[in-house]
Amino acid sequence: MKYTDLAIIGGGPAGLCSAISAASSGAKVLLIDRNEKLGGQLIKQTHMFFGSEKQYASKRGFNISEILLDKLNDYKENVEILNNTTVLGLYEDGVITATKDEKYVKIKPKATIIATGASEKVLAFPNNDLPGIYGAGAVQTLMNVYGIRPGKKVLMIGAGNIGLIVSYQLMQAGVEVVGIIDAAPKIGGYLVHASKVRRMGVPILTRYTVKEAIGNDTLEKVVISKLDENWNPIEGTEEVIETDVMCISVGLSPLAELLQQAGCKMMYVPELGGIAPLRNENYETTVDSIFVAGDVAGVEEASSAMVEGYLTGLCAAEKIGFKHENYLELKKDYRNQLEALRSGPVGTKIRSGINKVMGV
Amino acid sequence: MDNNTIICRCSDLSLQDIRDLINDGYTSLEEIKRISRAGMGPCQGRTCSQLILREISRITGKDIHDLQPCTNRPPTMGIKLKTIADGRESND
Repeated sequence: MKYTDLAIIGGGPAGLCSAISAASSGAKVLLIDRNEKLGGQLIKQTHMFFGSEKQYASKRGFNISEILLDKLNDYKENVEILNNTTVLGLYEDGVITATKDEKYVKIKPKATIIATGASEKVLAFPNNDLPGIYGAGAVQTLMNVYGIRPGKKVLMIGAGNIGLIVSYQLMQAGVEVVGIIDAAPKIGGYLVHASKVRRMGVPILTRYTVKEAIGNDTLEKVVISKLDENWNPIEGTEEVIETDVMCISVGLSPLAELLQQAGCKMMYVPELGGIAPLRNENYETTVDSIFVAGDVAGVEEASSAMVEGYLTGLCAAEKIGFKHENYLELKKDYRNQLEALRSGPVGTKIRSGINKVMGV
Repeated sequence: MDNNTIICRCSDLSLQDIRDLINDGYTSLEEIKRISRAGMGPCQGRTCSQLILREISRITGKDIHDLQPCTNRPPTMGIKLKTIADGRESND
């Protein structure tokens, strides 16, 4: 059995920031990630971030993960990194089981932060299992991490930020984007991203859905159809689009299975992407000393995941007896940053979802 | 929608299979998992469970909010029994 003060599961933006925050408070931190390289989804984000300077606005995602890793290195005497390690279970007594290099590892921390992020949602339509149909995030990993183009032509399903950004990056990689469709009546992503792809000649069709995929061994055609006001397909509006790749980008759900295993109370909250954990203002779940940060607590953006990470790392460390010298000041600052990120009409949905998981 | 649409890739279950089960009275994710193995393959329900919940909600008229997710147990992915057995050395 391996003992530590704080185990953090997931080394993406939330996990890295939690680790920095807890290690700077004096806690011994064990950071576990299933990949070779830490940074989570940041390592494939080649676009510049929005937000404010505190969340590294105008920097590219992969640069942000390097900045965070450098910051973590300042506390290296308090940090152990277990990469290439997949967590298998989180038990009621707080024991974590994991596997690294075909070895079974057992870990007993005083507290745990779950920062496992989210997974891509899927769609049900005929032949949705044909090769050539990917999640948009998977395509972004193929291109930006492994340098592999997914095909020649792409139809993007979903005009949220991920769909729009991945479309742009596909074009940068020399792939033709034949169109972006979305079932909603309005483009979900930022208009600045939408305008960029529109200027490059990509049509964005709202109120459209996939009717079926067609192909023998791999994807050859996609039939799309227009939706009426009740989201039902309108007969006779079908169009056939020839393409060898279709990317599905219809949202993310919290990757919350470890929380369910540990017995944390969960709730279906559509505003947060699906089944999310109940938590208090310190991001502690209903199970003592199990904390959450980032998308697993409710799907938002990398900027809020980072601030949540800093806040949760601070609170988890305090809970087990490592209070940062500027605890109150930092806590207030992180709370204010989160409030600013979630302010205005854009944050309405998130605020409503958070009220539900906090029982407000 | 074509009822041959695959809902659970791990156990090869179609939309028709899922609809038949719901109409036979298996109206929770847990029951459907136990009778069909949906959610017990390599993906552990990460792909199929949201689709099945939506289908239960559509047929029974219950809000997804009121439907129970199924029990989630370790391990999150396949692991050899030998690996677990060899891990006994780290017991204390």
